[in-house]
Parts: sequence; structure tokens; C-alpha cells
Amino acid sequence: MYDIVIIGAGITGTMLARDLSRYRLHVALIDKENDIADGATMANSAIVHVGYDPEDDTLKALLNVEGARMYEKICEDLGCHRKVTGAYVAACGEVEEKHLDILADRAERRGITYEWLSGDEARKEEENLSEQVTKVLSFPTTAVIYPWEVAIACAEVAVTNGVEIYLNTCCERITKEEDHFVIHTNNGDYETRYVINASGVGAEKVYRMVCDTPEFKITPRRGEYFVLDHQVHYVNHIIFPVPSAEKGKGVLAVPTVFGNTLLGPNSDYVDDPEDTGTSFEGLDYVRANLTKTMKNVPYRYVIRNFAGLRPSSSCPDFIIEEAKTVPGFINAASIESPGLASAPAVSQYIIQNILKKHLELTEKENVCLTREKPLAMADLTPEEKAEAIRKNPLYGKIICRCEQISEGEILDCIHRPCGAHTVKGVKKRVRPGMGRCQGGFCEPRVLNILARELNISPTEVVLDAKNAKILESENR
Amino acid sequence: MKKYQAVIIGGGSAGLSAAVTLKNQGIENILVIEKDGEPGGILQQCIHNGFGLQTFKEQLSGPSYAERYIEQAEDLHVDILCNTMVIKLNPDKTIEYVNAEEGYVTILADAVILAVGCYERSRGAVEIPGERPAGIYTAGQAQRYLNIDGYMVGKKVFILGSGDIGLIMARRMTLEGAKVYGVAELMPYSNGLPRNIKQCLEDFDIPLYLSHTVTKIFGHDRLERIEVSQVDEHLKPVPGSQMYFDVDTLLLSVGLIPENHLADEAGILMNPRTKGPIVDDNYMTSVPGIFACGNGLHVHDLVDFVSMEAARSAAGAVRYLNNTLKEDHKYEVFAGDGVNYVVPGLVSASCDHNVEFFFRVRQNFEQAEIVMKSGDKVLRKLKKRKLMPSVMEQMVLTTKMIQELEGDITITVTEVSDGK
Ligand SMILES: Cc1cc2nc3c(=O)[nH]c(=O)nc-3n(C[C@H](O)[C@H](O)[C@H](O)COP(=O)(O)OP(=O)(O)OC[C@H]3O[C@@H](n4cnc5c(N)ncnc54)[C@H](O)[C@@H]3O)c2cc1C
Ligand SMILES: Cc1cc2nc3c(=O)[nH]c(=O)nc-3n(C[C@H](O)[C@H](O)[C@H](O)COP(=O)(O)OP(=O)(O)OC[C@H]3O[C@@H](n4cnc5c(N)ncnc54)[C@H](O)[C@@H]3O)c2cc1C
Repeated sequence: MYDIVIIGAGITGTMLARDLSRYRLHVALIDKENDIADGATMANSAIVHVGYDPEDDTLKALLNVEGARMYEKICEDLGCHRKVTGAYVAACGEVEEKHLDILADRAERRGITYEWLSGDEARKEEENLSEQVTKVLSFPTTAVIYPWEVAIACAEVAVTNGVEIYLNTCCERITKEEDHFVIHTNNGDYETRYVINASGVGAEKVYRMVCDTPEFKITPRRGEYFVLDHQVHYVNHIIFPVPSAEKGKGVLAVPTVFGNTLLGPNSDYVDDPEDTGTSFEGLDYVRANLTKTMKNVPYRYVIRNFAGLRPSSSCPDFIIEEAKTVPGFINAASIESPGLASAPAVSQYIIQNILKKHLELTEKENVCLTREKPLAMADLTPEEKAEAIRKNPLYGKIICRCEQISEGEILDCIHRPCGAHTVKGVKKRVRPGMGRCQGGFCEPRVLNILARELNISPTEVVLDAKNAKILESENR
Repeated sequence: MKKYQAVIIGGGSAGLSAAVTLKNQGIENILVIEKDGEPGGILQQCIHNGFGLQTFKEQLSGPSYAERYIEQAEDLHVDILCNTMVIKLNPDKTIEYVNAEEGYVTILADAVILAVGCYERSRGAVEIPGERPAGIYTAGQAQRYLNIDGYMVGKKVFILGSGDIGLIMARRMTLEGAKVYGVAELMPYSNGLPRNIKQCLEDFDIPLYLSHTVTKIFGHDRLERIEVSQVDEHLKPVPGSQMYFDVDTLLLSVGLIPENHLADEAGILMNPRTKGPIVDDNYMTSVPGIFACGNGLHVHDLVDFVSMEAARSAAGAVRYLNNTLKEDHKYEVFAGDGVNYVVPGLVSASCDHNVEFFFRVRQNFEQAEIVMKSGDKVLRKLKKRKLMPSVMEQMVLTTKMIQELEGDITITVTEVSDGK
């Protein structure tokens, strides 16, 4: 019997798993996919919003502001990348400028640092800002992270402290017994006293397994992006248009922690909660709407498109509460943007405001909530590189030529707790295939390393999902 | 810091040919740096015949062609440092490389020859909408899986783009028992060599759909199906023209791009058309002492031209090392109407050797007139049948013409066939 089973290993579930791993509890984290962070956490704008955007008196506002402040320490503790880029909200004309005042007022009251810039002042910092931009509200403490890196690091810490993680484990049915639940999955049954529903776009479906009349409805809403190669330096800050009720945060230009640029997203309701495909219409929308704030977009440097699904909800706020009719079943649902930025605070909120009421939370001895930063050659000085290679020559064997990733880094990410066992898993953790050749060059090499290290045939290595075979058959 | 007279980055056909030329011309202290475990570059995975017709007057496979140069290099005691990746090239011609044995090393070269090859355009760069399952490969990637590692990537295949690697893979996979349903090409003409269209598609009854492209990908885990649509003259999909193919494999052969980031970081000026460095008649880039050749300069269809071009860039490096290059005015060479690009892009007024231009046309020409002008003066005029973007054209500028240059040079191609 588990004390707690968390359904969903996105940023919400993994952050909670790490925080719970310090207590004497028997915790399991399950996910239907073949790796940590394969849902919304894998495909988003990667921004730690500072918290001026959510409406007053919402959980979103509270947890966003708090969560954003926690990230600096979390990323330090977990050895994760975080880059403070600052954000510009760019207004075009008087009507939009008025809207900036509302945001500034919220920022003021919430203790968020902000600055005003004229259009021309902003263009001095951002040469590709459109001429139409007349005024900018700047939030210099806004940061970007590598979302799945944080989720994976949290999972790693959780596992090290005794949390059990089960991938390829889909919650299909839940039965409520007198004092516990049974979670029925394709991978066996899990008995648990408490359930945390952190299943993103799946949250309504999972909730319906215990409640016929859920208070919220989730509709997947797709966001599509272009990714530019880091060979071109397009923006320094995150550039937002002025947010609107219909279009949300709008189409952005976002510098990533590794120097790439994201352009997007659009916002498009879809029926299928698995449909992370891109579309001509969606990408055209991004192109058309970006012209409002940006100019000289170097589309010739596009190396990839992708799409993510927001768990768009009939309820405008996060839903983080014990289900009214199902004691012991806790929803962490409707976690739309700024779900990433809020995640550390969401986790604390669940523990402090909900779980503490039910469970004795005593700290374990010998827990370790931090993770040493995995050695990344790209982050090192020449002297440090030389030293790293002296210690382990495999760090001198470069496998990915675009991102300059060594075999040493790849082996490390495979053999860590919660390690990579797929080509995409390696790509998520250490980046081969993220560059301009998109793995055309290194994928065969990564595949062979995975086969060797996992002691399987190359034909058994998958891209991502467990049936996503890359090689069809041996040809000898 | 170790010092060399010349360092060649890349040990493919370009790098090997450059090394052999340098040695033959008396430059002894040289080093070739190659990232892979053995020299030869992309040739090592091209096990089909069709290499070396011009150089050796016989049809060799890629690896045998490479072997000829590797042997020459060995005979001349060329140092080839394999399993070594150049991380950075600096404008002062220091080179930072990394390997397992020596770690992170910086060396200095009097002259550097970039022979880094190219990479294939990926799905992201061509924006094919839809899901992102396994089963989508660049043609060269599938070629490597098959020819080097010994694995078939799939059995029901469609190919997007009519580049040569895709065509060769259509034949190769058919011979290995796969069914190739067709090749879709966005443009109204093929991007592959005519001989490859004939030998790889027509001989196997594989349809070539010109003015078509893949407009949607289906499949969550592994590719299940693709949508192919016709495109109009603006290259936009024509509604209602969709066809569907239930395939497990999509190969992309949609273009090769010079691997230019070392050059870019060194501050070398680039030609946006070729996506490689701009070079002069000595194949020298905008940074004195740094030269470029092969697919890292512009993408070639025939290896013979790569070897030849690399030899010329090495000759340029020798002139540089012997201090016989004069600082002089350089005329620019422009791609005029009908021409996509011309290499070299600069000719020095004091150039004392013939310069051969390589260029590609922008579209198919039945009966073309090629004109090379300097200012208003026509230097050369030539009629030629059947020009196409997939076939590189050549034109020579003689030393005599160079002496009489009146201004920048432009090459134009126009259609002159009757009734058109
Ligand atoms: C386009 C886009 C842009 C965004 N930009 C930002 C941003 O810049 N900043 C920000 O703060 N937020 C942003 N967000 C929001 C943020 O990405 C999400 O709020 C956050 O990632 C949600 O995390 P999660 O863990 O709740 O959900 P997810 O990451 O979706 O995780 C849910 C997990 O549950 C699993 N699951 C579902 N059903 C089941 C089942 N039945 N059994 C087992 N497992 C199941 C899924 O496989 C998945 O792994 C953006 C979102 C999108 C889509
Ligand atoms: C798939 C394919 C099929 C072809 N078919 C034919 C044919 O049938 N007939 C024909 O005549 N021609 C053919 N060609 C053309 C011709 O063979 C090639 O264009 C030619 O071999 C390219 O030589 P290269 O040296 O410029 O590039 P490459 O062979 O790619 O060599 C570049 C080398 O540089 C190394 N390198 C790159 N970056 C670094 C770095 N930073 N540090 C160290 N090393 C580095 C690479 O590992 C590589 O070995 C074909 C080309 C391709 C791609």
C-alpha cells in the first residue's frame, strides 16, 4: 500500500515527488508515457513568468509569484540551466499602452520589479523589435529554463530518496475502497491512500474515474512553434505582445537557455489529447502575428517546428484541492500557463494546505534534495575541458557535431537514476539532435550507444514511445 | 603551442585531395583533422558505383575512390588525426580541437583549409506539418544505417525531394526488398542528376511526382501514413489534390547545406546563396590565410569536382605560404539572371592563372545562352542545351581576360530556344 500515488510525471508531478521524497512516506509516481516530462512540460515557451499576468485574487497569481521566486534556488540545487533574460511586453499604440498600466499596477502590488521603456529605447536593446512598438513594460527578472531538465532532475532526486517511478503505466480505472484507492493500470494495480491527479490534459478523464460530475472540463489547446538555430542571435529578451482575453499571451519571441530562439505559439483547440502535430494554418498564424512586435525574422534559420497542448480548462484558475465528493483524491488540474513557473509553489501548496491535514509528515534521515550538475562540455572553459577528458577520455569523443556533445555526457545521462533509454530521452537530457542537423548526423551514433549500454539490439531502440522503433530489421 | 604550416579541417575527399596537393607542392608540415574514426568522409557510406569517372576514368564506389586518395596521403606521410573534432577556428588561425587521447588542444597554423563537408536539411527546415513519429529520416541517415550499420529503416517507403541521395536510396532500398511508393519533388524539375532519375527511378518504375510535396504526417509512435499534395506556381498546396500513402518510412532528400559554423564563428563572410564562405580565385576566404573547398564551400554533385577544387584551394594556400599573393583590387563575381550562384565570388586583378567558375542555374533551360560580362564588355558567350539546377556548370576566365577586366563580373543564363 502506497501513501500517495501521483498520476502524471510532468513538472507538477515531479516537483511534488521531489518535495515528498524528504518525508517518511511510500510514494509512487506513474506516467503513461515512456519518459518523464513527455506532456505539456516537453513543449512550451519555457518561461518562468514573474507573475504580473494572472488576475487578482486567484491561485494562479499567488502561486505564480511565489513559484517564480523559488526557481533560482531550485535550479541551483538541481544543477539545472536557468537564464535571466528579462521580458518586454511591447505595446503598439495608445490602447495597448493603457493595458500596460494594468500590468504595471499588478506588478507594483505584487512586488515584481518592472521598468518603463519608450519604443526607441527598447529598440536600442532589441534591434529586431518592430517599428510599431511605441512603449515597453520591461520585467528584468524574468528567466527561461529548460523545463524537462528540471522535471527530470526532480524525478532523479525523488528516486534517489526512495520514490518509485513507473513509466508506460497508464491509469485506466480507479476504484475507491473504504480507506484507500486502487489504481488500475496496464501495468498492474496500485493501492494507495491518497491520489494526486497531476495528469495535465488527462486530468478531467482521470477525475471522471472517481467522480461522474467533475466541476471542470479540459479541452486541449494547441500551441505551435518555430525553433531557430543558435547560429543566429535574434533576441536578447523575451518579447511579448500585450496580452488579451481572446489571444492570451500571444505570439512571442523567446531566447532559450542554449541560445536558440522560439517563435510562437498560436492557440488552437483540438479534440485529440494526443494530437501534438503541427499544421500549415498554425504556423502561418505564428508568422502573421509575430509581425506585430518583431521584424527581420530569419526564418531561414528554422531548424524545427513543434507543438504542445495546454490543458485548457473551463475554470480560469488552477484547481488544486481535494475533490469535494471524493476524500483522499486530490486534483492538481487545470494547470495551464503559468504552470511551469508556478510548479514549485503548487507542490508546496499541495503539501502544506492539503496533505498536512491528513498525513504525519516526518522527515527522513539522509535525504538529499540536491543533484550535482551533470558535466556538460559546452559549459566548460578549455582548461576544464582538458581536465574532464583527462579524467574520462570519453568526454573527448564528440558524438553530436552541431551541439558538440561527447560520448561521456551521453553515457552519464543513460546511467543516471531515471536515465535515458530512448533516443529522444538522450536528446532531452544532453541535446544531441537539438541542433541544425536535427540528428541527421548523430542519431545513428546515439542509437548504437544506447543499444550497447542497454544491452539490447539496435532494432529494439526506440525514438520515444515504446513502439516507436527506428530500425525495421537487420540487413545482413 | 604546436605550429603547422597548414592545417586541413576535415578528412573527406576535399581534405585528402588538399593534403596530397600541399605535400606534392613541398609543404611538409601539415595536419589533417578528421572527426570520424577514419578518413574518407561521406564517401564511406556511398557504396554505389559512380565515382571518379573524370579523375580515374573508371567507375568506382565511394569507399574505393576514397581509398585511392588515402593511399596517396599515406605514401606522402600525411598526418591524419582521426576521432578529433575541431571545436573552434579563430581568425588568428589558432584551432581548438578535442579528442580522447590529448584532451582539449589549441594549435596554430599559417594556413587553414576548411574541408568540412555539408549536412542534410531536416524536416524542421522544410516545415512538414503533422505529428512527429519515428520513421522519418534524412536520406543520408538511412543510407548510413543501411550501408555502415547494416539495418533497414523500413519496408514501405516514400521519398520527399529528388536530391541524389534520395534517388540512390530509392534504388538501394528497392533492391533490399522495400517498396518505394514514389518520390515527391516540390519544384517542377528534379534536383537530382538525370542519370540517377533514369537508373534509380525509371528502371524500377518508381513514380516521380513533380510539383508535389508532403503536406501531413500521421502516426503517433511510428509513421503510418502521409498526405501528398500538388503545389501551384507559388509552391502552395492545391486544395483537393491530396493523395495518401500508407508508409512506415519517409526519407527526406531536400537539400544539403555547407557545414559553415566554424567559418561563421571565425568571422568569415558568407554567401547567402551557397551558405558557404565567399572565396576568391585562390579559394581564400575573407580572412587571409583561411581557405575553403568541397561541400563545405558549396554543394557538389560529383566528387571529381570536389577533389579538383580542393587541389586548387591547396594551390592557393601554397601561394599564400610562399608569400606570392599580392594585395590587389578584387572584382566581384555576380550571379545574374537565371543563375543561382557562382563560385569563386571574387577575382583578384593580379590573378595570373585561369579561373574556372562553377555555377548553378535557377531553373531548367532547353536551349540556353550563357554570357559572362565584365562591366558592359562581353567576355564569353556560349550556347548550351539542357541546363538544370542539379548539374553544376563551368566557365573559364582566362588570364588574358583578367588583364582586360573592366569591372565586376556577371554570369547570366537566358532561354533562347525557338517558339518559347
Ligand atoms: C504552448 C504552451 C506554452 C506554455 N508556455 C509556458 C510558459 O512559458 N511558462 C509557464 O509557466 N507555463 C507555460 N505553459 C504551461 C506549462 O507548460 C504547463 O502548465 C505545465 O507544463 C503543466 O505541467 P503538468 O505536469 O501539470 O502537466 P504535463 O506536463 O502535461 O504532465 C502530465 C502528465 O500526465 C501524464 N498522464 C496523463 N494521463 C495519464 C494517465 N491516465 N495515466 C498516467 N499518466 C497520465 C501525461 O503523460 C503527462 O506526462 C505552456 C503550455 C503550453 C502548451
Ligand atoms: C550521399 C551522397 C552521394 C553522392 N553520390 C555521388 C556519386 O554517385 N558520384 C559522385 O561523383 N559524387 C557523389 N557525391 C558527391 C561527392 O562524393 C561529395 O560531394 C564529396 O565526397 C564531398 O567531399 P567533402 O570532402 O567536401 O565532404 P565530406 O565527405 O562530407 O567530408 C568532410 C569531412 O569533414 C569532417 N569534419 C567536418 N567538420 C569537422 C570538424 N569540425 N572537425 C573535424 N572534422 C570535421 C567530416 O567528418 C567529414 O569526414 C555524393 C555525395 C553525397 C553526400
